[in-house]
Amino acid sequence: MMRSLASCLFAATVLAGPALAQAKAKAQNVPEIPYESVPNYLKLPPGLYMGEAMGVATNSKGHLFVYTRSANTRLFEFDQNGKFVREIGEGNYGFEFAHSVRVDPEDNIWVVDEGTNMVIKFNPAGKVVMVLGRRPPTVAGAVATNPAPPKPPAAKYLFGRPTDVGWDPQGNIFVSDGYVNNRVVKYDKNGRFLKQVGSEKAGSEPGQMNLPHGLAVDLKGNVYVADRSNNRMQVFDNDLNFKSVYDNIGTSWTVCVSPGPHQYLFTSNSNPNGNPPGSWDNTGEIYKMELDGTVLGRFGHASKQMGGFQVVHMMDCRNPNQIIVAEIESWRVQKLLLMAPATNGNTTSAAR
Amino acid sequence: MRHSLPNLLAASGLMVAAGVVAAAQVREISFDSADPLKFSANIPIGEVGGVATNSKGEIFVYTRVGHPTITIGTARPFAHGGSRLYEFDRTGKFVREIGQDSYGFLVAQQARVDPHDNLWVVDQMSSMVIEFDPAGRVQLLLGRKAESERVPALPLNPQPGAGGGERAADAEGPPRRGRGGPPGAGAQSDVFQRPTDVAWDSTGNIYVADGLGNARVAKFDKTGKFIKSWGSRGAAQGQFNGVRGIAIDAQNNVYVADAGNKRIQVFDGDGNFKSQIADIGAPAALCITPGSHQYLYSSNSNPPDDIDSAGEIYKLELSGQVVGKFGRAGKLPKEFGTVNALNCRGENDLLVGEIGNWRVQKLTLRP
Repeated sequence: MMRSLASCLFAATVLAGPALAQAKAKAQNVPEIPYESVPNYLKLPPGLYMGEAMGVATNSKGHLFVYTRSANTRLFEFDQNGKFVREIGEGNYGFEFAHSVRVDPEDNIWVVDEGTNMVIKFNPAGKVVMVLGRRPPTVAGAVATNPAPPKPPAAKYLFGRPTDVGWDPQGNIFVSDGYVNNRVVKYDKNGRFLKQVGSEKAGSEPGQMNLPHGLAVDLKGNVYVADRSNNRMQVFDNDLNFKSVYDNIGTSWTVCVSPGPHQYLFTSNSNPNGNPPGSWDNTGEIYKMELDGTVLGRFGHASKQMGGFQVVHMMDCRNPNQIIVAEIESWRVQKLLLMAPATNGNTTSAAR
Repeated sequence: MRHSLPNLLAASGLMVAAGVVAAAQVREISFDSADPLKFSANIPIGEVGGVATNSKGEIFVYTRVGHPTITIGTARPFAHGGSRLYEFDRTGKFVREIGQDSYGFLVAQQARVDPHDNLWVVDQMSSMVIEFDPAGRVQLLLGRKAESERVPALPLNPQPGAGGGERAADAEGPPRRGRGGPPGAGAQSDVFQRPTDVAWDSTGNIYVADGLGNARVAKFDKTGKFIKSWGSRGAAQGQFNGVRGIAIDAQNNVYVADAGNKRIQVFDGDGNFKSQIADIGAPAALCITPGSHQYLYSSNSNPPDDIDSAGEIYKLELSGQVVGKFGRAGKLPKEFGTVNALNCRGENDLLVGEIGNWRVQKLTLRP
């Protein structure tokens, strides 16, 4: 989502011009990974519609959860064949403007809502078992989303349009926060604040962020943050100390890390909202990487047709060869079957 | 501790004799927690404003859920929805919803059941007190919802230091919204500003804690006719800084949670100041047990943006003597997230409604 008119105009200008190549560096000679999109993947019952597909995640049984902006924001569950199972959280106080859904190792379902500034944990039965953050109190009326400057310090237990959530193997909780603040917060498994990196202020130095838009945590507890408006990914260790920057992947909108002994990292250089002229030429692809930043391959392109992407907002990579993507501007979820790339050895290290 | 002058002297004498330092010596009461409500997928529970039981043990929950809405269309933005009222049986099974789509349900604040099993709810945003009979029909209304909202909202003018329970954007202060009324003290009749609680004396007179916008207690007879109100904003005796709760004992003494002044003030039924109870944090919710020996519970609720401070609940004699305390702020069972409601039908059996954790806990104390 564009943050303001000014940045919107700025982005359009940059995208239209040749300066883009410098502004959003990308690895060269990256192998194309062939793939196909599963036809008619999700089967919604008559009368039920998907809106902007913001969040997508699978659980250990292969069930799929989609957090979508309909007339009201809603959370849908589908089985492993894409058949609709149920709606979760209908009438939930924290559902206003979907941003992310993730499933933790115990199959609890977590949603991040940027309209209510809340992170909500549902157990597998669909019962709310923990909330982080707080919806701005209704009794105050319609108040400003972003307080007038000077920006107040980011609070331990309140968010400003948070974007994503993840966990390390110990169950510590990481929240990327977000459009108003520019930080990643670490809580223990019981929801007690431990630490943050970044702050309410945007910045481009290591450890500073400008719209942390997504995150993922590997099995060593390292945290990969899509630092979207800085056109890079940042990596932090488990205590949120800065480790490295991957900045040859365009604009990192969203990230995921696959499970298993050999983990892979995926990031999407999503085409910008509004499809500025020329933007399809150099955005829209997803990168497959090693955790150390080595780019292994790329796939996908901006398009309104199935098989192409319209602003990928989130990816599920529980199976690194079956990527499920949620798109904002095509109101759909696609399941992509990746095939082995032609091996040409042209991998490129992204670590700096 | 209660601080009427004779008591204060007596108490300080005793404390010196016993070598007691009050705050440090409060006994911890052990307790257990259970979830009293059976999960029902299509019955969402959000921030719990009120929880109450009737004489049969049925449980009522008034909760902030769904999509509080301001309608687009004209320059008069109309507010709708945002809270629902549920009934569960004594085993926690969902029975029914009451007051569906009520005009007055905006921000659930409190639920109480009177001695005749009528259910009363207080809404902080519509500034209404609504009585339902046991069948769920509207019986009596106090206050009137503002016709429309201001967009953008005017600031609530938070009062510094008015802690206890909710604070920050929803701290004390006149909302100056819509029709509204004169902000602050001295409002008459049933023009409430963010009322918080309701209670009755033995003859059925109605007392409304009013509240976070006004700073008074309003008294009505049982027909809803205004009798009087007392209080104004301030820290002196009989003044309030955030009236967050009210409870009445069998002798018709009125206990008022004066959170911003970190005290409970005790009045007779005519509003004459009798005493105050302090050293129990910022009282954000009260209840008094029934029976021949009554106890008073008071919650020093943590603010919603901080679970690393406060949160404990005090058990007191009506004299103000602290029996003990229990719990702390947090998200686990036996921890509390901004307690907004206390219900105590038994001396050691409580229901606790939480803003921060979107739940009700049933507590059993092991004194």
